[in-house]
Amino acid sequence: MTATAAVTATTTAGRLGTRITAPVRDGLAVAWRNLIALRRVPRLLVFSTIQPLVFVLMFRYVFGGVVGPALPPGVGYVDFLIPGIFVQTAVFGSMNTAIGLATDMQTGLMERFRSLPMARSAVLSGRTTADLARNVFVVALMTAVGFALGFRIHAGVPAFLGGVLLVLAFGFAMSWIFAVVGMAVGDPETAQAAAFPVLAPLVFASSAFVPVSTMPGWLQTFAEHQPVSKTAEAVRVLVLGGPATTAVWEALAWDAGIVAVFAPLGVWLYRRAV
Amino acid sequence: MGQAAISVVGLSKRFGAVTALDGIDFDVPAGSIFGLLGPNGAGKTTAIRILTTILRPSGGRAVVLGHDVVREAATVRRLIGLAGQYAAVDPNLTGRENLRLIGRLTQLPRPRIRPRAAELLDRFDLADVGDRPVRTYSGGLRRRLDIAAALVPDPPVLFLDEPTTGLDPHSRTALWDLIRELVRDGTTVLLTTQYLEEADRLAGRVVVVNEGRIIADDTPAALKTRLGNTVIELGMGDETRASQAAGLLTERLGEPPEREGVLLRLASRDGSRLLLDVLHSLESSRLVPHTVTVRESSLDDVFLALTGHRTQPVRSAQDGADSPATPGGTP
Repeated sequence: MTATAAVTATTTAGRLGTRITAPVRDGLAVAWRNLIALRRVPRLLVFSTIQPLVFVLMFRYVFGGVVGPALPPGVGYVDFLIPGIFVQTAVFGSMNTAIGLATDMQTGLMERFRSLPMARSAVLSGRTTADLARNVFVVALMTAVGFALGFRIHAGVPAFLGGVLLVLAFGFAMSWIFAVVGMAVGDPETAQAAAFPVLAPLVFASSAFVPVSTMPGWLQTFAEHQPVSKTAEAVRVLVLGGPATTAVWEALAWDAGIVAVFAPLGVWLYRRAV
Repeated sequence: MGQAAISVVGLSKRFGAVTALDGIDFDVPAGSIFGLLGPNGAGKTTAIRILTTILRPSGGRAVVLGHDVVREAATVRRLIGLAGQYAAVDPNLTGRENLRLIGRLTQLPRPRIRPRAAELLDRFDLADVGDRPVRTYSGGLRRRLDIAAALVPDPPVLFLDEPTTGLDPHSRTALWDLIRELVRDGTTVLLTTQYLEEADRLAGRVVVVNEGRIIADDTPAALKTRLGNTVIELGMGDETRASQAAGLLTERLGEPPEREGVLLRLASRDGSRLLLDVLHSLESSRLVPHTVTVRESSLDDVFLALTGHRTQPVRSAQDGADSPATPGGTP
């Protein structure tokens, strides 16, 4: 029983330190694994890239003519649209978190993870972190496409980068919502089907693509306050210029609130998952 | 409890109205191989999942190397390795990356991770395919990698859930050798299996599980002797001849053979003597069987001896009684 005694001693001694470092360390290990899969199965990345590309082209050329006149004077539709596309990309991308986790649950891999001495949050945070890394890539690409279509930064590069960080923070928060969806439904097809009815109203009943002022009154109330609009608005201010502080704080408050609710819920589901 | 590496007392698990485990008790001595033997759905996997902290029991308790699997789950996870029925490895990672991932997640010291992965790939004959994504592996390769993954942290207690199901005979024997080798080095192994032969080859002690309960706790040899090592199956061709032969053999042997349609089944400790006897007396009554099969007793036979029924309603292939309209069929 000496081996046992040794194990007990080390776990007790290291407990305080590892309580903080272990979730990060294990989460990064799982994120590493998820990113390898992304590199090795490039279609995952290709499809999460094509979709926002289609959106940006469609909106630019289909709705551009209609929406343009409704915009504040001096604002071109491309400059209005690209921040919205960033946010839409991050939101739709977060669906991958649900699909990825649900896929893992179907293989025996989740069972193995649950029997390992790793942080209970690591499987989820490893997934959301990998999805965050994927978003960095997709947003960079969308920026390049935006520039090709005539998008320009009006408020300086630092503010623009701040806007990008806000988009990434929002994508990360949305990933935690979909981590919960993925754990709850447990299979990838259902996860995908369950995601759309949640995502579509959030993305379309928002200021991501069109100004809220064109919507009926009852919808405006929802559209003005929901997180997609708040984030799009904050990013837009950071890109186009203007007093940014309130909008940014409101967007960050949404992100913090979402993570505070959904991260513990996701970990709770992971602990209980059968 | 002395040197028990695993100790299980009154362990039960219910899923809603279904009772998967109905109070089981057993002790596994340290450094031994212990078998949980039972048909599909007997509760073997549920027991393994509780012991590996994946599931919480509904009642009773289980202790691994002195640590309660519920209250000290985190400590237990540092002492165990698990390889399941479904190879739990990432198909998109290479074999080597899978092992390194487990190394990181079991907190192996950083410099030890790469050498340990290489060492296990060698030991499991996976060095050649170690840098290929696992999705290109055959089932046997995956299974080997899965077991290698369980061994990354060199756990003192290893759980193997039906480790050889679906393996070809060669891989199966190789795996048996490997398990024996681990135990020689001091590892305690608890394995589940549906094969009496496997339990017999490996385990020093076996519990037979049926519908969540233990119905026998013995050495594999003793289990086999309980009903006889050899099973003889006689296919009589048609019902009339089967009844005649059954009557004759009951008279000869003092007890009736088991009958399943046109098939008669006998078990004995002395198979060759019984076979000679039986064929001789059948021939003298002009009841020569159409088919004769002689085999070692299986889990199914043990089940019959212990419970009075087989693990599932099987018929034997040779008399082709496969039609849904078999006599005695349920409405």
